[in-house]
Amino acid sequence: MDYLTFIQLLDSTVRLATPLLLACLAGLFSERAGIFDIGLEGKMLAAAFFSAAIASLTGNVWIGLMAGIGASLLLSGLHGLASITFRGNQLISGVAINFLAAGMTVLIAQDWFQQGGRTPSLVGGARFEGITLPGADAMADTPIIGPLYSELISGHSILVYLAFAAVPLTWWLLYRTRFGLRLRAVGENPASVDTAGISVVGLRYAAVGICGILCGVAGAYLSTALQAGFVKDMSAGRGFIALAALIFAKWRPWYALWATLLFGLFGALETRPDVIEALIGMKVQGQLLGALPYIMTVVILAGFVGKAIPPRAGGEPYVKER
Amino acid sequence: MDVMPKWAEVVLVPLISLLLAAIISALVILAIGEDPVAAVKLMVTGALGSTYGWGYTLYYATNFMFTGLAVSIAFHARLFNIGGEGQAMLGGLGVALACLYIPWPHWSLALIGAAFMAGLFGAVWAAIPAWLQAKRGSHIVITTIMFNFIAAALLNYVLVNMLRPKGSMDPATARFPDATNLPTLHDLLAPLGIAFSKAAPANVSLLVAVAACFALWVLIWRTRLGYEIRAYGHSESAARYAGISPVKITMIAMIISGALAGMMATNNVMGEAERLVLNSTEGAGFIGIAVALMGRSHPLGVFIAAILFGFLYQGGAELALWTSIPRELIVVIQALVILFTGALDNMVRIPLEKVFLALRRRKTRGAG
Amino acid sequence: MTPETTTERQATAASTAPAIELKGISKAFGPVQANKDISIRVMPGTIHGIIGENGAGKSTLMSILYGFYKADKGEIWINGSRTEIPDSQAAIAAGIGMVFQHFKLVENFTVLENIILGAEDGRLLKPSLAKARRTLVELANDYGLNVDPDALIQDIGVGMQQRVEILKALYRQADILILDEPTGVLTPAEADQLFRILGRLKSEGKTIILITHKLREIMETTDTVSVMRRGEMTATVKTSETSPAELAELMVGRKVLLRVDKTPAQTGEVVLDIKGLTVIDDKGVERLRGVDLQVCAGEILGIAGVAGNGQSELLEVLGGYQGGTGEVRLNGELLDLTGHLSDGQSRRNHGIAHVPEDRQREGLIMEYQAWENTAFGYHHDPAYRAGLLMNNTAIRDDTTGKMERFDVRPPNPKLAAKNFSGGNQQKIVLAREIERNPDLLLIGQPTRGVDIGAIEFIHQQIVALRDQGKAILLVSVELEEILALSDRIAVMFDGRVMGERLPQDTDEKELGLLMAGITDTDAPHSVAEVEANLAKAASAEKRT
Repeated sequence: MDYLTFIQLLDSTVRLATPLLLACLAGLFSERAGIFDIGLEGKMLAAAFFSAAIASLTGNVWIGLMAGIGASLLLSGLHGLASITFRGNQLISGVAINFLAAGMTVLIAQDWFQQGGRTPSLVGGARFEGITLPGADAMADTPIIGPLYSELISGHSILVYLAFAAVPLTWWLLYRTRFGLRLRAVGENPASVDTAGISVVGLRYAAVGICGILCGVAGAYLSTALQAGFVKDMSAGRGFIALAALIFAKWRPWYALWATLLFGLFGALETRPDVIEALIGMKVQGQLLGALPYIMTVVILAGFVGKAIPPRAGGEPYVKER
Repeated sequence: MDVMPKWAEVVLVPLISLLLAAIISALVILAIGEDPVAAVKLMVTGALGSTYGWGYTLYYATNFMFTGLAVSIAFHARLFNIGGEGQAMLGGLGVALACLYIPWPHWSLALIGAAFMAGLFGAVWAAIPAWLQAKRGSHIVITTIMFNFIAAALLNYVLVNMLRPKGSMDPATARFPDATNLPTLHDLLAPLGIAFSKAAPANVSLLVAVAACFALWVLIWRTRLGYEIRAYGHSESAARYAGISPVKITMIAMIISGALAGMMATNNVMGEAERLVLNSTEGAGFIGIAVALMGRSHPLGVFIAAILFGFLYQGGAELALWTSIPRELIVVIQALVILFTGALDNMVRIPLEKVFLALRRRKTRGAG
Repeated sequence: MTPETTTERQATAASTAPAIELKGISKAFGPVQANKDISIRVMPGTIHGIIGENGAGKSTLMSILYGFYKADKGEIWINGSRTEIPDSQAAIAAGIGMVFQHFKLVENFTVLENIILGAEDGRLLKPSLAKARRTLVELANDYGLNVDPDALIQDIGVGMQQRVEILKALYRQADILILDEPTGVLTPAEADQLFRILGRLKSEGKTIILITHKLREIMETTDTVSVMRRGEMTATVKTSETSPAELAELMVGRKVLLRVDKTPAQTGEVVLDIKGLTVIDDKGVERLRGVDLQVCAGEILGIAGVAGNGQSELLEVLGGYQGGTGEVRLNGELLDLTGHLSDGQSRRNHGIAHVPEDRQREGLIMEYQAWENTAFGYHHDPAYRAGLLMNNTAIRDDTTGKMERFDVRPPNPKLAAKNFSGGNQQKIVLAREIERNPDLLLIGQPTRGVDIGAIEFIHQQIVALRDQGKAILLVSVELEEILALSDRIAVMFDGRVMGERLPQDTDEKELGLLMAGITDTDAPHSVAEVEANLAKAASAEKRT
C-alpha cells in the first residue's frame, strides 16, 4: 500500500468517524446524566431528513442544519418527557423514537417530494462543501507532509472540524465546570444533587437537550456533507455503532474519539477490500468487517477486555424517597 | 390498597394508550392530505373485508404472536429482549437447513422438524446474550441489539457464500422441496366446507402460534417454572433467597424467548416464502415489542394485540396500494403504540389513578 | 432562590425567638395521613430530639422542613420569620442542613467535590475547590471534623462519610442541623464521637434536631424531646424531666413490656456447628474471617454487632445463597457451601428455615399475593403440586390457616404483600418459616420496621419455637432485642466473632466495646483507641 492510499484511507476514516463521534458525544452527555439513550439512531435520521429537506427547499444549508437540530431536539424532548417527567422506561422510549423517526421521515419525504422517500439531490449552497485550509494547495506537492496536510487535514466540511473540536470542549465542560460536576453527579447519584437544592429534572433535560443538538449535527452531516441528500434509513445503524463506541470509550470524551476513529476505520476498510488484502494477505468478507464494531462491543461488554462501568444511576428514573 | 381496579389496569390503560396513538396517527394522515375516515374504511375492507384480507391479516398476526410471546416471556423475567429480529433471522436459517437437507416424507413431520430447528437456532442466538448477562453482567439490551446486526451480517454471509444455488445472483436459498410446503388455511378449511382464499399466505403455523399462546399461559401462571420466572422478574434478591438461581432463570427465559422468536420462521420462511431470502423477518421481531407492551405481556393480550397489528399491517399495505399513504405509516403507528403503552405509560396511568381515587373518596363519603 | 420572608415579625423576636417553629403542619400521602396538625418549637443552641416508632411520621416532618415535600397545611417559622420552603434550595438558604439516614454522596467523587456540589462559587470548578479546601481546614479546626479532602467517598468508612455529610451542611453555613437516625450504621464508640461533635456544634450556637427511635440517645444527648405517634405529636418535654419508660409509653400509647417473658433454656444437642467459616464477596473483600459458632437445640444464639460486620453474610451462607469456605454441619451432616447443593432449596430440605433481614427485598415478592408468598421458597413442596402444575387451591387453603394462626390482618390471602403493614408482612414470613417445623431457624432483624404490638407477638413466637427444642440463630443490630431474647450472645466485628457472653453476665457497655473490636473489655479504653481500631478495620477492607 502506498503512502497516498494510506492517506486516502485515513481521510475516509475521518469522514466516516465524524457522525459516529458526534452521536457518541451526544450519548455521552445523556448517559452521563443517567438517561440511557438508544434513540441516537432515530434522532440522527430525523435530523438527516430535515436538514436535507429544508436545505433543498431554501437552498441554504445553514437553515437546513438548524432544522435538523430542531427535529432532533424535538425527539430529545419526547425522550425527556417519557423518561424524566413521566419516569417511563428509557429503553422502550428509545426504541419508540427510532421507529417514529424511521416512519415519519419517509412519510413526510413522500408527502413533500414524491420521490419514494428521498429528498432531491443537494447542490451548491444547500450542501456543506469541503474547506480548503490556507496553504493546502501550495503544500500539496511537498513530500510526506504535503499530502498529509492537503488530503487528510484540509478539505473537510466545517462540521468535521466542529466534531473534533467538540471532544476537548466536552472534556472541559465535564471535568472543569460546575455544570459538568453536577451533570456527572446526577448520573451517579441524583439524590445527592436533589438534596443539594439543584433540580434533577432541569439537569437531565439540559443533558438530553445537548444530546439532541449533537445528534442533530450528526444527522445533518450525513445528508448535507457526507452525502448530497436524504435517502430512506440513511443512518444505517450508525446510532447503534455510536452507542457501541460509547461503551467502548467507557463514557469518556477522549476515549470516544479513539473509539469512533477505530470504527470509522472499519467503515473505510469495508469499501476498500483491495487494501485489506494487501495488508493481511487474505480476503476478508465485507459482511464480517461491517459486523466487527458490534462483535467488539459484545466482547468489551462481556468484560473480557477491560470492564466498562456505566454511570451508576443510568436507566433508573429518579423518585424522591419518602 | 391498589388504587385502580384490575380491569382498569388491564383493559382501560392499554385502551386509552391505543386511542391516543390512533388520534395522533389520524392527525398524521390529515397532515399529508388524506382522509383518516376513508383510510380506516379502506384498511377495514382491505384487511377484514374478504377471506383474502383475513388470510394476510392472520399471516402477519402469526408472526407477531411468536415475536410478541418471545418479548413477553423475557419481560416476565425483567429482561428486555430487543433481539427478536436476529433470533427470527437465525430461526429462518434453521428452517432452511431443515427443509433443504432432510428429505421429509410429509409436511407435518417437516413442520415438527423445522419448528425444532427454528427454535433451536433462535434459542442459541438468545442464549449467548443471556449467558453474557447472567455470567458477565453485560447489559442484555445492548448485546441483543448488537446480535441483531451480527445476525444480519451472518445471514448475508451464509446466503451469499454458502446457500445460494449455483448461477443464481439472488442472495437466497433454492426453493424448498414440495413435501415441506405447509397447507394454507384454504387447504385446511376446504374439507370443512368453508371457502377460504387460495392466494392468502395464512397457514397451519397459525395454529402452532395459538397453541404457543396457550402453552405460555400455562407455563407462566400455572407451573413452578413460571412462578420462579415471575418471582425473579419482580425481585432478584428475593429469588436468590428462595433458592431460585438467577443464572438459570435468565438462561431459561431467554432460551424460551429466542426459541419462540425463531419459530416465527415456520410461518414466514416455510409457510409463505418457501425459501430463505435476505430480510425475511421484515421487522416482525421489533413489532413483537409493541405487541408485548400492548398485550401487557399476557398471552391472551399478546394474541389480541398480534391480530390488531396483523390488521394494521395488511390494512397499511392496502393503503399504500390505493392512496398516497406509504407503508411507513405502520411504522409510525407501531412507534406510537410503543411510546404510549411502554414509555409514556405513567402519562396515562397517573391521571387515571387520580380519577379512581376521587371516585372512591366520593363513594366512601356517600356511604359514611 | 431566597426564602420569602413576610413582614410579620413577632414582637419579641430577635434574641428569644425559636430557631424553628412549626405551626399546625399536616401532610397526607393519598389516603395515609403522615403528619396531623404538628406544632413544635426548638430554641437556638439546643439539641432537640424527635422520637417515635417506625412510620410515626418523623421523617416526613423533617422532609417538609427540608423542602422535599410541601405541607398540605401549616406554617414554618425560622428565627422568628415566617418562611416558605418550597424546595431544598430554600431550606439551605434558610440555614437548614440535613444529614439523611442514607447518605446522599457521589461515591466516585472526592470529599471536596461532594462538599462543593450545589454550593460552587461561579461556573468554573478550580476556584470553588480551592476555597472549599481552605474552609475545610477551618471547619476541622473549629469542630474537630477531620477528613481527607482528596479521598474518594467509596474508599472511606461510614463514620467518615457521615462526617462529610455534616461538613456539607456546615459548608453551606447551616445554623440548624437535622440528623435522621444517625447512629444506625455506627458502633457505640463512633456514636459517642458523633454526639461529642454535636455537643461542640451546640456550644458554637448551632441548633440540632436529632431524629431517632433509640431512647438511650435521646436521654443522653438532648435538651428537649418531642414524641410522635401515628403522625401526631403526642408530647414535648424537657429531657431532664422525663424517663425512658415515660417516653416509651408516649411513643406507643400504652404501657410497654420492655422485657420478654421466658423461662431458662433447656439446651439439647448441638444442631448447628460452624468451623472456620470464611466468605469473600465478589469484590474480593473478606466478609467473614474464620467464624466458629455452635447453636444447640432449644437455645437462641443472638449475634450482636453493628450492621455490615459480617452478620448478613453469615445468614446468607447458612441460607444457601452466598458461597463460603470452612465447615458447617447441621445435626452432624456437612453442608455444601459452594457446590450445586449450595442454594436455598437444599437448605430448606435440610430443615433450615430463614426469616431474612430485609423482608421486602428478600423475604417476600411484594407484587405477589399473600398465598403466592406462602409458597415462596417451598414451591417445590409436593403438597403444593398437582402433576406438572402448581396446586394453587391447596396453597390458598394453607395460607388461610396460617394467616389465622399468626393473626395476620387483614386475613385475605389474595391481597398483594405490598398492601400489608410491616408487622403483618413479617408475620406472613414468620408463619411460612416457623410452620415448616425447622431444626434451625435463621432470623435476621425480626422486628425492624415493625410496630410494638407486633414486636411482642413476634418475640413470643420465637421463644415458643425455642421451647419446642429448636435451634435459633438470631441476628439483630438492636442490642436491647439481643439482650432480651438471647440465651447466649456472640458479638461480631469485622467478620470475626469477638467473644461470647451470657446475657445475665454482660451489659450494653461491654457488648459495645466488643462490637468495636476490643476484647479486653475490663481495661479502660479511650475513644481515640476505639476510633483507631475502627479505622484499621475500614482500611483493611479497602486493601483486600
